[in-house]
Amino acid sequence: MSLLDPPAYTDDNRLGMGRRLLRQMHIDLPLLLSLLILVGLGLFVLYSAADQNPDKVIAQGLRLLLAFGVMLAIAQFDPYTLRFWSPWLYGVGLAMLIAVLVIGDVGKGAQRWLDLGLFRFQPSEIMKLAVPMMVAWTLSESGLPPTRRRLLLATGILLFPTLLVAKQPDLGTALLIASSGLFVLLLAGLRWRVVLGVFLTLSAAAPVVWHYLLHDYQRRRVLTFLNPENDPLGAGYHIIQSTIAIGSGGAYGKGWLNGTQSHLDFLPERSTDFIFAVFSEEFGFLGAMLLLTLYLLVIGRGLYIAAQAQDTYSRLLAGSLTLTFFVYLFVNIGMVSGLLPVVGVPLPLISYGGTSIVTLMAAFGMLMSIQTHRKLIAT
Amino acid sequence: MGQLAGLALKDHLRESHIFQQRLVVAMVMIGVLVLGLVARLFWLQIVNQDHYATLSENNRVNVLPIPPTRGLIYDRNGVLLAQNLPSFTLELVPEHIDDLAKTLDELAKLVALSDEDVLRFHRNRRKKRRFEGVPLRFRLSDAEVARLAVNQYRLPGVQIRAELTRHYPLGKLAAHAIGYVGRINERELQRLDTSDYLGTSHIGKVGIERAYEELLHGHVGFQQVETNAQGRTLKVLERTLPEPGRNLYLNLDVRLQRVAEQAFGERNGALVAIDPRNGGVLALVSMPTYDPNLFVNGLDTLTFKQLRESPERPLFNRALRGQYPPGSTIKPFIGLAGLELDEIRADEPLNCPGWFMLKNDPRRYRDWKKTGHGETDLTKAIVESCDVYFYDLAMRLGIDRIHDYLARFGLGKRTGIDIRGELSGLLPSSSWKRRTYRTVWYPGETLIAGIGQGFMLTTPLQLATITATLANHGQRMTPRMVMAIQDPDNAERQAVAPLPQAPVPIVRRSDWDTIIDAMRQVVNSPHGTARRIARGLTYTLAGKTGTAQVFGIKQDEEYKEEEVHRKLRDHALFIAFAPVEKPTIAVAVVVENGGHGGSAAAPIARKLIDAWMQRQGRSE
Repeated sequence: MSLLDPPAYTDDNRLGMGRRLLRQMHIDLPLLLSLLILVGLGLFVLYSAADQNPDKVIAQGLRLLLAFGVMLAIAQFDPYTLRFWSPWLYGVGLAMLIAVLVIGDVGKGAQRWLDLGLFRFQPSEIMKLAVPMMVAWTLSESGLPPTRRRLLLATGILLFPTLLVAKQPDLGTALLIASSGLFVLLLAGLRWRVVLGVFLTLSAAAPVVWHYLLHDYQRRRVLTFLNPENDPLGAGYHIIQSTIAIGSGGAYGKGWLNGTQSHLDFLPERSTDFIFAVFSEEFGFLGAMLLLTLYLLVIGRGLYIAAQAQDTYSRLLAGSLTLTFFVYLFVNIGMVSGLLPVVGVPLPLISYGGTSIVTLMAAFGMLMSIQTHRKLIAT
Repeated sequence: MGQLAGLALKDHLRESHIFQQRLVVAMVMIGVLVLGLVARLFWLQIVNQDHYATLSENNRVNVLPIPPTRGLIYDRNGVLLAQNLPSFTLELVPEHIDDLAKTLDELAKLVALSDEDVLRFHRNRRKKRRFEGVPLRFRLSDAEVARLAVNQYRLPGVQIRAELTRHYPLGKLAAHAIGYVGRINERELQRLDTSDYLGTSHIGKVGIERAYEELLHGHVGFQQVETNAQGRTLKVLERTLPEPGRNLYLNLDVRLQRVAEQAFGERNGALVAIDPRNGGVLALVSMPTYDPNLFVNGLDTLTFKQLRESPERPLFNRALRGQYPPGSTIKPFIGLAGLELDEIRADEPLNCPGWFMLKNDPRRYRDWKKTGHGETDLTKAIVESCDVYFYDLAMRLGIDRIHDYLARFGLGKRTGIDIRGELSGLLPSSSWKRRTYRTVWYPGETLIAGIGQGFMLTTPLQLATITATLANHGQRMTPRMVMAIQDPDNAERQAVAPLPQAPVPIVRRSDWDTIIDAMRQVVNSPHGTARRIARGLTYTLAGKTGTAQVFGIKQDEEYKEEEVHRKLRDHALFIAFAPVEKPTIAVAVVVENGGHGGSAAAPIARKLIDAWMQRQGRSE
């Protein structure tokens, strides 16, 4: 068997009973455990953030069940299959993105949803997975570091859907899609010189983007971010109220269900994008550190899986998905604590809401697939 | 084969090496960024905890908008046209109400609540935060306020808010000029800077209120207040005062406006009076008018339907949007074109037999005077309003030169007055007809254009401005409603500068004097069509009557006024300015279905100009 052939994956049966069962179900135990703890914690916070409305918690619980199901289902496919389907998923996702621009529903002033009869659906969610898959597919076709042609191709692959999503306009998702693709490029060994060059070009292009590409509300968000006091009644309200919520939590927090900011209705969108403020108000600095630690556990495990992965595609995909998960986390907490402008990115696994949790868990399913379908190398 | 495998293995290791390297970089980055987050949280929660705890726990700080006070509107002499009066609104705070249905039942016993009130309340409730008051009833009577106050102890979450409501003390007078404010609707919300309108419920809808909305509204202020757990304000922590709206002084003179509106009586029509020296609009009348106070708090559907569907169309601003054929009022301008373009000489007479015929056209174009005017020169043609003279002149000029000359006065274009909605009228030309109807221009159409009939349409505002321009010897001023803007904080008045436009070029000043003198004789000559308003004049007055056909009369058929339905009767027009030597007022009057300009429209203008000259005499 040549190493250039598609690798065959087999189960490892030299393990104990319990571990063998996990292996057979293609579950990565450390990842599963940290995810379960995070999600459990999330439901607790949601109960408080949703004014102790059990309906919301149950709805979220059901959604989580579905998401875990999706994760397990995806984990059953081996990375070779994932790789095979990458271009198809990308193609379908792109077609839907274009469809959404043409016939999509408008919600809250942005065109993001596609009505599929039974349910409404955000095609940009698919792209969060399809873009890193497709870029990894492109780059893994040849050796690393990638050739210039491959790089250009990969850049196009990630740029096109990003622009489509940004046009909807959904800046948060566009950011996530772009970074998921960029991470693949970076992990694949994109030269630092090129990275620096692109960075400088982008800085130079920033004024153009500001004047021509950004919507009014996006511009306002940036301005308000720079000086929230400017608009204490409008866009600045979110940031002011969430920093008050976080700051007033102190070291130990006000206790579960005791957050005044959230329960007196000062904090907007507190069960969705701003749920971290509720958490920090009620559980304080220590709670926030615990939460960060849990997230870092997930991320650490993801990076470990990436490092252990045995072919280029798996490596790039696992690395990119994990790093994108970190971007979620960083952008959300940064925004809620007033470090970053308000970009609509939920706190992963904890914010109330549908599609993004399913996508996230699907990504973890891919990680598990990569980890549990390890081929044997005869030594 | 072995070599190839070795190569692949080497590549594989190299790839893996690159990847591991990058992974390390990524981990370092993650570490740095997480440290950043930790530092930020440490800063907020540990270092500044006291600060935020004060803001949050003990004091429940709330940011409340303070709406600015809307600017007042005055006429040129300081008569108040639009003011703000306190009124009381009943509001409910949903957060403090356990049983909304029960509370609404209780309230219905205390104040009059219509189904519409309740519906609107439920609609608005969804848009507000739970601790914000949602209005249920506006303009409570004093008795209702008293009943609510007595019962308030058993109605938690029910509050009465005093707010300022727009009021127009003169009611119907000058409603079309001032306009009105109304509740902000969805469409307006989208184009507004919403944070500036927090706390503001009304917005200018038409007229001055709409055109000067930005100045009148001012800028929102806000206060950070400390509230107790019930959301009640305990203490104001910080206050940024709103910037009140500017007061406006209009060029409008309410006395003239009243004289004019009364002179119209029950008749429909429009009048615009302009000060030719600066374009100031002294009176802007559109009859019938309406009471703008009805619109401030929304009128019930029935009243609105009546206003909207009334055949008299009271909501239609005839002064700006009514497009009428100018009729004979256009003759002085056509005459001026003839002189300045060297097609005629003032002393060159023409014989008027009472009709005019074109070559190769059997049709007889009749004069209004069946027997004809006989030997007619330009002055006589204007004074007696001879049609045949102007048929002939129009043929000499041709439609395109007529178009070009009148365009210099601004016909066919909006005047640029500082309120919205004016229409541009229509100044036809052969190329216009080709574009619009895809047919050629017929000579007969030129002919009737010479007496202001046919395609040509003008608004009363346009007629007033071209009259002012004529009175001014070509100097054009954009009509202006607002005379001065006042900052309410320091009462400083800033005059709005007149806005001149490109003047009508003068070839010979004597041509203009000839026309103006003829217009003077329209009033002062015993043969003048407006001679009946000459009696008792204490100043010099120049004018021109006009009659605009509402429907065509067949060849050789006579127009019998009494047989024609009122709505199909001719419109009566009159333009005038005074004093002739140094004009300070120019007027255009249209009386819909009024019949003859001399008898129906001219007396209205006379009354208005009398009132103006009296005031001028006193002030100068």
